[in-house]
Amino acid sequence: MSGIGNSSKKSGWKNLGLISSIFAIIIGLLVGFLILLFSNPNQAIGGFKTILTGALTDGSKGIGMVLYYATPIICTGLSVGFAFKTGLFNIGATGQFTVGAFASVVVGITATKLGNIHWIVALFAAVIAGALWALIPGLLKAYANINEVIAGIMTNYIGMYLVNWIVKDTNALFNMLENRSKPVAPTANIPKALLDQIFKGSYVNAGIIIAVIAAIIIYIILNKTTFGYELKAVGFNRDASKYAGINEKKSIVWSMVISGALAGLGGGLFYLAGSGKYIEVVDELASAGFDGISVALLGLSHPIGILLSAIFIAYIKQGGFYLQLFEYSGEIIDIIIAVIIYFSAFSMIVRNFISNRERKRKVDHIGGSAQIPAPINEPSDYGSENEEEIREATQEEGGDK
Amino acid sequence: MNPVYFLCQQTMLFSIPLLIVALGGMFSERSGVVNIALEGIMTIGAFASILFINTFQDRMSGQPLLILAILVAALAGIIFSLFHAYASIHMKADQTISGTALNMFAPAFAIFTARQIQGVQQINFNNTFRIQKVPVLGDIPILGEVLFQNAYITTYLGILVLIIASIVLNKTKFGLRLRACGEHPQAADSVGINVYKMRYAGVALSGILGGIGGLVFVIPTSTNFNASVAGYGFLALAVLIFGQWKPIRILYAALFFGLMKTIASAYSGIPFLTSLGIPSYLYKMIPYIATLIVLAFTSKKSQAPKAAGVPYDKGKR
Repeated sequence: MSGIGNSSKKSGWKNLGLISSIFAIIIGLLVGFLILLFSNPNQAIGGFKTILTGALTDGSKGIGMVLYYATPIICTGLSVGFAFKTGLFNIGATGQFTVGAFASVVVGITATKLGNIHWIVALFAAVIAGALWALIPGLLKAYANINEVIAGIMTNYIGMYLVNWIVKDTNALFNMLENRSKPVAPTANIPKALLDQIFKGSYVNAGIIIAVIAAIIIYIILNKTTFGYELKAVGFNRDASKYAGINEKKSIVWSMVISGALAGLGGGLFYLAGSGKYIEVVDELASAGFDGISVALLGLSHPIGILLSAIFIAYIKQGGFYLQLFEYSGEIIDIIIAVIIYFSAFSMIVRNFISNRERKRKVDHIGGSAQIPAPINEPSDYGSENEEEIREATQEEGGDK
Repeated sequence: MNPVYFLCQQTMLFSIPLLIVALGGMFSERSGVVNIALEGIMTIGAFASILFINTFQDRMSGQPLLILAILVAALAGIIFSLFHAYASIHMKADQTISGTALNMFAPAFAIFTARQIQGVQQINFNNTFRIQKVPVLGDIPILGEVLFQNAYITTYLGILVLIIASIVLNKTKFGLRLRACGEHPQAADSVGINVYKMRYAGVALSGILGGIGGLVFVIPTSTNFNASVAGYGFLALAVLIFGQWKPIRILYAALFFGLMKTIASAYSGIPFLTSLGIPSYLYKMIPYIATLIVLAFTSKKSQAPKAAGVPYDKGKR
């Protein structure tokens, strides 16, 4: 997994990450527009406008819905992004999301005597379940050196089947008629915190506030604590960190556990939103986890970037609902997002292009004849301020695989 | 019919696509490119070829149509896989991210295109491809019933692919060079092997086999394609790891996983299995759990290609 968690060498390049994200978004939208144009030229412009502004059609309700859709993917985005920062690719966020959702629904349905704190307990259950589910790939990575991507894919499917199995075989949880879980008790629904007054008619609730708080906490852990520093250092170079006296195995496990807790929180927030969501007993992975990958990549794994990119993705997804007016299928949004991810995966080329030009300009300034070697594989820029120090402390050499 | 034969026939139907796709993944990973886009490649291959069958089934039927569809699937797979190759070889992108993007793209594209063309996302087709009984061979006791009755030519294609793949990988110059690029690309380059070219070849082979695998998965198990191969690409990835990146072991892994899938889907029809009382979900989970266990026990002497997942950079030592 080289390249994901690394920062650039010059701090002035920090905004290059932002440029490459915007570049990826523009290409994604362009491809989307071309597909619209190709499949039905007459409607393409109207359809494209709808993608960009459809979310605002219903005014404040639309904005509320965007925030509602953004809530779970902020959490899975933070989950994947936090793992990226610590050098791990948590593709298992989907499974952790599902297991967290399951725990919150179990508490939501069964623990009806808790009263006012019912929803808080249910959310905690989700967080803990997600964390425990991430413990499996975490331990396997730390103690058996098993690639967390493979372990994550396996635990995704195991988690999904396990949850479906338990839901289906437990009468207290299973709604046989609809083939899904029963509704949670009203006390388990997250309070609206007056947000329903501001955004009338939408499903938005205090979950968005909790998600934002989670983002702030992650920011503080990563950037203001020794603990976060150690986690990132292990991500840069496991061996060097060990040499420097960091317990690298423990750090890897902690990274995965925190990442899983965030994904689990997302699951809890999604199913306790009081918007009529149930665990459907179908053999399909939850999409929120994969959306988390998009959100994290687009947000450059930075908590604030993740907040913005989650809202952006929720925004164009909301716009996609109105596309049927133009006889387009809403899947065009998923195509656009996939293209965005594809291009942010090799956004390095943009950085290289810009840095090349800068070098060239300098060379021209000096006199032009000096041969400057082409930039070789500049590490990608998902970093932030104090990662520079880490780079100095732990020489980037290969990374772990 | 004897339930044992039924079980064997069904297992073949589930195992063959896993075998083909995992062998495709093997070529990609042995060349040094991690390919988690197998799921997406299968989806695109199945989509293109089923759409092809849907369009031409009025004019053709039976084996000629299936053979043409296989070619279409291979072509679609190779084109799609080149996106992964370009990103991970030329752009030195993170291979997992590029693969994830393609996995997201494939079903969305299949649904969108199907709806634009025909209004609904399911693409129907008539299954005219089943062979009741192969003449002569079908009469062989036991083996005939398992392999040559109620079969598809795709089964034989799978076996053929296995034989060719193991010969190409282990006995040819190309195979040796491919493996060198996956183990130590710098060393391979130093003796004049074009690492980029070999890696493109590896990914393209995974595209061909992945695309075909998508079609092979859909044909026997359904009469329509609904923009999904039900996680078979990821399962094939598990087969690849379970088989430790070696053709013959991949065959065993594919058979084992196929058996588990068969039991999970057909166990209610088999009295012996229902009397055991093990829920079908357990059978569905076993392949994934088994892979994790095998990984945990073999990680110390893992056969994984050393350079898989690491972009090749000439300037690096």
